[in-house]
Amino acid sequence: MRDHASPKPRSTLRRHLMQGLVALPLIGLSAIGQAAPPATAVVNTTKLAVTDTEVTVGQLHSATGTMAISETGSIQAEQLAIDQINAMGGVLGRKIKVIKEDGASDWPTFAEKSKKLLINDRVAAVFGCWTSASRKAVLPIFEKENGMLYYPTFYEGLEQSKNVIYTGQEATQQILWGLDWVAKEKKAKTYFLVGSDYIWPRTSMKIARKHIESVAKLGKVVGEEYYPLGHTNFNSLINKIKVAKPDVIFIAVVGGSNVSFYKQLKAAGVTAAKQTLLTISVTEDEVLGIGGENMAGFYASMKYFQSLDNANNKAFVQAFKAKYGAKAVIGDVTQAAYLGPWLWKAAVEKAGSFDVDKVAAASVGIEFKGAPEGYVKVHPNHHLWSKTRIGQAQADGQFKVVAESPELIEPNPFPKGYQ
Amino acid sequence: MNKIKAFIDQRGLGSFLILAALILVVFPLAMDIFRLNLVGKYLTYGFVAIGLVMCWGYGGVLSLGQGVFFGLGGYAMAMFLKLEASDPISTKIQSTPGIPDFMDWNQLTALPLWWEPFKYLPFALVAVLLVPTLLAFVISFAMFKRRVGGVYFAIITQAVALIMTVLIIGQQGYTGGVNGITDLKTLLGWDIRTNSAKYILYFANALLLLGCIYFCLWVQKSKLGTLLLAMRDKEDRVRFSGYDVSMFKVFAFCLAAMLSAIGGAMFTLQVGFMSPSFVGIVPSIEMVIFAAVGGRMSLIGAVYGALLVNFGKTYFSESFPDLWLFLMASLFIGVVMAFPNGLAGVYTSHVKPWLARRKATQAKSQALAVPPADNPPPASPPPAKEAEVPGLIRAT
Repeated sequence: MRDHASPKPRSTLRRHLMQGLVALPLIGLSAIGQAAPPATAVVNTTKLAVTDTEVTVGQLHSATGTMAISETGSIQAEQLAIDQINAMGGVLGRKIKVIKEDGASDWPTFAEKSKKLLINDRVAAVFGCWTSASRKAVLPIFEKENGMLYYPTFYEGLEQSKNVIYTGQEATQQILWGLDWVAKEKKAKTYFLVGSDYIWPRTSMKIARKHIESVAKLGKVVGEEYYPLGHTNFNSLINKIKVAKPDVIFIAVVGGSNVSFYKQLKAAGVTAAKQTLLTISVTEDEVLGIGGENMAGFYASMKYFQSLDNANNKAFVQAFKAKYGAKAVIGDVTQAAYLGPWLWKAAVEKAGSFDVDKVAAASVGIEFKGAPEGYVKVHPNHHLWSKTRIGQAQADGQFKVVAESPELIEPNPFPKGYQ
Repeated sequence: MNKIKAFIDQRGLGSFLILAALILVVFPLAMDIFRLNLVGKYLTYGFVAIGLVMCWGYGGVLSLGQGVFFGLGGYAMAMFLKLEASDPISTKIQSTPGIPDFMDWNQLTALPLWWEPFKYLPFALVAVLLVPTLLAFVISFAMFKRRVGGVYFAIITQAVALIMTVLIIGQQGYTGGVNGITDLKTLLGWDIRTNSAKYILYFANALLLLGCIYFCLWVQKSKLGTLLLAMRDKEDRVRFSGYDVSMFKVFAFCLAAMLSAIGGAMFTLQVGFMSPSFVGIVPSIEMVIFAAVGGRMSLIGAVYGALLVNFGKTYFSESFPDLWLFLMASLFIGVVMAFPNGLAGVYTSHVKPWLARRKATQAKSQALAVPPADNPPPASPPPAKEAEVPGLIRAT
């Protein structure tokens, strides 16, 4: 079933305005108060799926397969943002209609579906992808067909495209400040790096090692280990850690491996009381599977935690739970996915057009004061300026924010000195 | 005209020509380039499916690892295209310009030696055909010479598929890992991403597939085909007749591998990337399903199977993103339960007899309606007429 963002009859305009007013403090962008929407011929010169009343966008995530568990949060957050935007009157006077496609955790399927969205459906923007592999599979298609992709996941960097807005953090944003914090707060000198064996952990650890050993000279790396995706037996690793006795274990283990990793750590007596552990790959979503009691006391370096204490976030969490149930949790990527539709709306309105070239150009410098993570801004390299925070895992599955970078951190997908 | 008809009937080419007309004329006229490109992709699985008909349906050798050969063919092609896309100018942002981007991300500073020859298209093309075939030869020769067969062989092919996936993902500096080899742009300077290129590649792919089917039909009709069938049904009898059974099996397996590899290479060209998600156990089993749905004894049926399953996959997942996996499962279960011999089985058990009956009744009514004077009697001698009559009686 294709998920149409429920279009409402015109008679409810008043209610829309009311909803819009209620939502105004939430999003912090003034969009209402516009006169009649501009003519379609003006805002759409490249034959996109834009009519006088509607604009079509695509949503491309894995609803099935191994990645579904991670991507569901992003699907929900994007839908929530789109519903809120529609309740406020849409974009340039047009309601957003969503065409949902399932990438099925399969990179070729992502490629096929992105072609369908761009060539057949002529969507104005696509919110989607999660893994780097899926993004790499669709990137050439977005560049060739000149589409616009909003990509929510924190990722390895080393990429920049006119056709992509990266709403998650690239590696240096997420890692460097966290390492500095742990070096300062925990007096850490020795580091043990562990990751799943694919491009994101490999690149992240490369950056971490350079930062620890040569750029910031924090100390020494005493071990670096990688395990295949889905690996579940970490006993040999735990023995190596016990021998090396690092001050900090720095982790980028993803997916299902996390569950066995933290359970085995706990079973081996490696707990927060004795060992500092900093992860860049566990959000509230993963803690659901790991179990808060197995994670309690360990640290995560992210830009967003559900427990963030600000008005934007409270409204966001409340709206999310109202729509998806009180038990729903919100992780870093879910929040980043929520930003996508809002940033797109702001860029379209700044450009006064849905044309991809104009939206891409207008995106640079877009500010979003209503983001749950706080103020963000789009950098000329299409990544976001954002803060980094350290959260300490609690037994109830939430993170307590214990530190926050004082300034927004500049995105730097091609970091000099870290290659 | 009659001569041509007789030739077609005799060779069993009728369904072949219908398929050819469908993919060369009907599809290109009925579909836009996006859909046609998708059909082109489905047809690359057709290569795998006809390979499975030859080795499973005819040779009795079930392989659950065809993805390995599809992948090797695809990777060989992708390596050539990737090197062409990685010239020093377009990769100047890297630490080491001139090598594929994923190598740079994995801290490689020079092109590995075994990648070097893939700079040359002829080498890549030879590798597409020979590397998978050689691997198939080594596996099957080692197994069949020891008379390991049947289920055991199927399990071993699965293990090979698993090993290959682990190898590709583990050696990401050399293979691109989970991401695969992406962002392929040109073939000898010819941009393969344009619409005109997609048309050309579609037709090249379709003609190549038809050529391969024709070759396999020829093999089936030959003495070799008969021997393969005999071996499948009573291996010992063929062995005791003095034939080296294992080498026939090796042949069938290698043929299937080579066909899969051609499919893989065409896939890379049309889709623009290659990744380990085609190599593992799941895609390999899916490929067996194509052949099973189409009918494992019919080359043409297998192509329809690949088309139907993939068309279903695309259609269901586009129209019912939340339910499509269930619909696919019902399709598989439905087809296999209702028609154990696949679509081609339906044709032989239902459509063909019905056609024959119709033809017979038509012929009979014609024979009754037409007065004898209208026959071309001077040429046809009376005995022939007599012979026809009992035949008619039998048919009715």
